[in-house]
Amino acid sequence: MSNLLKVPTMAEMMASGETPDVLFWVGCAGSFDDRAKKITKAIVKILQNCKVKFAVLGAEESCTGDPAKRAGNEFLFQMQAMMNIQVLDGYEIKKIVTGCPHCFNTLKNEYPELGGHYEVQHHTQLLQELINSGKLRLEGGAEFKGKKITFHDPCYLGRANDVYEAPRSLIEKLDAELVEMKRCKTTGLCCGAGGAQMFKEAEKGNKEINVERTEEALETSAEIIATGCPFCNTMMTDGVKLAGKEAEIKVLDIAELIASASDL
Amino acid sequence: MISPIIFIILSILGFGLFTKNALKIRQNILLGRDLDRTDNKAERWKIMTLVALGQKKMFARPIPAMLHMALYLAFVITQIELIEIIVDGVSNSHRIFRPSLGGFYTFMVSFIEILSVLAFIATIAFLSRRNLLKLPRLNMKELAGWPKKDANMILIMELTLVTFIFMMNGADEVLYSKGWSHATNLGDGSLGLSVSSWFGPMLFGGMSEHSLHLIERIGWWGHLMMVFSFLNYLPYSKHLHILLAFPNTWYSNLNKKGRLTNLESVTTEVRLMMDPNADPYAAQDENAVPVSFGAKDVTDLTWKNLLDAYSCTECGRCTSSCPANITGKLLSPRKIMMDTRDRLVEVGEGIRKNGKDFKDGKSLLIDYISEEEIWACTSCNACVEACPVNIDPLSIIIDLRRNLVMEDSKMPTELAGMFTNIENNGAPWQFAQADRLNWADEQ
Repeated sequence: MSNLLKVPTMAEMMASGETPDVLFWVGCAGSFDDRAKKITKAIVKILQNCKVKFAVLGAEESCTGDPAKRAGNEFLFQMQAMMNIQVLDGYEIKKIVTGCPHCFNTLKNEYPELGGHYEVQHHTQLLQELINSGKLRLEGGAEFKGKKITFHDPCYLGRANDVYEAPRSLIEKLDAELVEMKRCKTTGLCCGAGGAQMFKEAEKGNKEINVERTEEALETSAEIIATGCPFCNTMMTDGVKLAGKEAEIKVLDIAELIASASDL
Repeated sequence: MISPIIFIILSILGFGLFTKNALKIRQNILLGRDLDRTDNKAERWKIMTLVALGQKKMFARPIPAMLHMALYLAFVITQIELIEIIVDGVSNSHRIFRPSLGGFYTFMVSFIEILSVLAFIATIAFLSRRNLLKLPRLNMKELAGWPKKDANMILIMELTLVTFIFMMNGADEVLYSKGWSHATNLGDGSLGLSVSSWFGPMLFGGMSEHSLHLIERIGWWGHLMMVFSFLNYLPYSKHLHILLAFPNTWYSNLNKKGRLTNLESVTTEVRLMMDPNADPYAAQDENAVPVSFGAKDVTDLTWKNLLDAYSCTECGRCTSSCPANITGKLLSPRKIMMDTRDRLVEVGEGIRKNGKDFKDGKSLLIDYISEEEIWACTSCNACVEACPVNIDPLSIIIDLRRNLVMEDSKMPTELAGMFTNIENNGAPWQFAQADRLNWADEQ
């Protein structure tokens, strides 16, 4: 725990003979992207505040292989998967929480067939559990009281894994007014980053997908666009900037909303 | 009487030709790769009942769903009347079930008549939104030419079918009321059919016995001819969904939509690479069949992908929910399915004519579906979600990408960079793996 935030790594835990209850899988965006790092820190603060015994892999974590797989490079995906499974099994990991729906989907759905069996949660699911069990209390909730918040469903959380309610129930816990976009839940529109699009220019068209989605979010006249995915966050933030609406509408991860409401 | 003989010959031809074409389609579908979709049968029956029989996913758009439901119910229930037509046709009788079934007969035929009227209205509505309102979803460029004609042809055939039913029943009502009908006279003065008992006298009331019999026969034979034409048109048409929706939903993917298949052939290779005891110089298994990764042509896809292609009725709900298509990109999931079917028909014919090793120098990828199309996909599953018969265009797109990347190393340059980064640093960007925890030290 040589770092400022006192985030324990698996290696440190093991050295001191301890086992965490849950491994926090930070993900590449959460580790390196400046915006996504704030989401990572919000998740860490909540976990620490709720006294959840967790650890991260730190330098032993590596890409799950999701973007490689979706871009057609099955070799690279399986190489990544099998190396990650070796690390995870080496630490006898049972339960994982991810900060990213893409990591969540891959670890949960695509690793078991390759030998990696874990109980995997997206951070919104864990947060919902913490609130339901009374471990997490939203004392400073007044901050979002009555504010209009719209939730953008990340494809890999929603359609891909049928998780629609966990993030929404968290928004309701903030006493905020949840306003839905025209296309939401099962019919939610992608932000444009999935399927490895995040890492390439879009094909020729007449509009960027994130612009289309941001316009829809702006139509709700919400003050906050909540997401649960670092890539959606980037795409929606860019969309808001392009529309020149940064002053009126913020793009925040559910974890950031919860951390902020708990005065963390 | 000659008519039972004509009837029997027509029926044998009608059903025979259909069976021949149906077997060809089956043969084509089985050109696909193996895939086991027979687990969890209880769940499969449930999905088929809800999605195919109950049309659950159609109701995402309630108005077209209701119109479609009317057409569908009319179609299914009219087949009951067809049983009588067949029995009458073979035994040279007329309305053979009426005396024995009594009130139930009147109820069933009346019910069919009401549904037929609704179906007629629905068909007119469908024709208008396609041709007059020019609904964008039904007028996209992939529908130009045959697909558009196909769609209109089906609707016109349906209108004709309903018209024949009412010619038959309407004229027969008048005949019956005047004691001229060939149906057993029960002394009740009317067949009591819900629509025809007022519609028949209104339209055909003043006609001679001869004309009435003629109209009734035109209706009866016309109905039968339309049924056989329709049946034999199906194998060439997008309308095949009325049959294939059932097996296609039964064989649905039961996994979470986000889960892509893990290529087994790759797993074997990767395990060898990671096994410290593996002998890199070991002789290859002599029986090993060389496999190509992903799909270049239809025969590289699974049989379920091919069944999907035949089950597609080109409604375009997938395309209208596709983020790439909405924003003007070339990709259209509907076109992926249409291309797959067109290419499969071509390959199937080629194989039947020239034997198993048939090659025509063409392939699904490149000749039908371009690289630009498949790279525009965000893998968001909106198309899969939208499909009323559980077709999965995404799995075809991913398999085509796999072939491009793993067989031909063809991909957008940025993606090549992303792969290199993952290989070298364990992240899609150029950051060192050792720095993964740096965020914990930043304020």
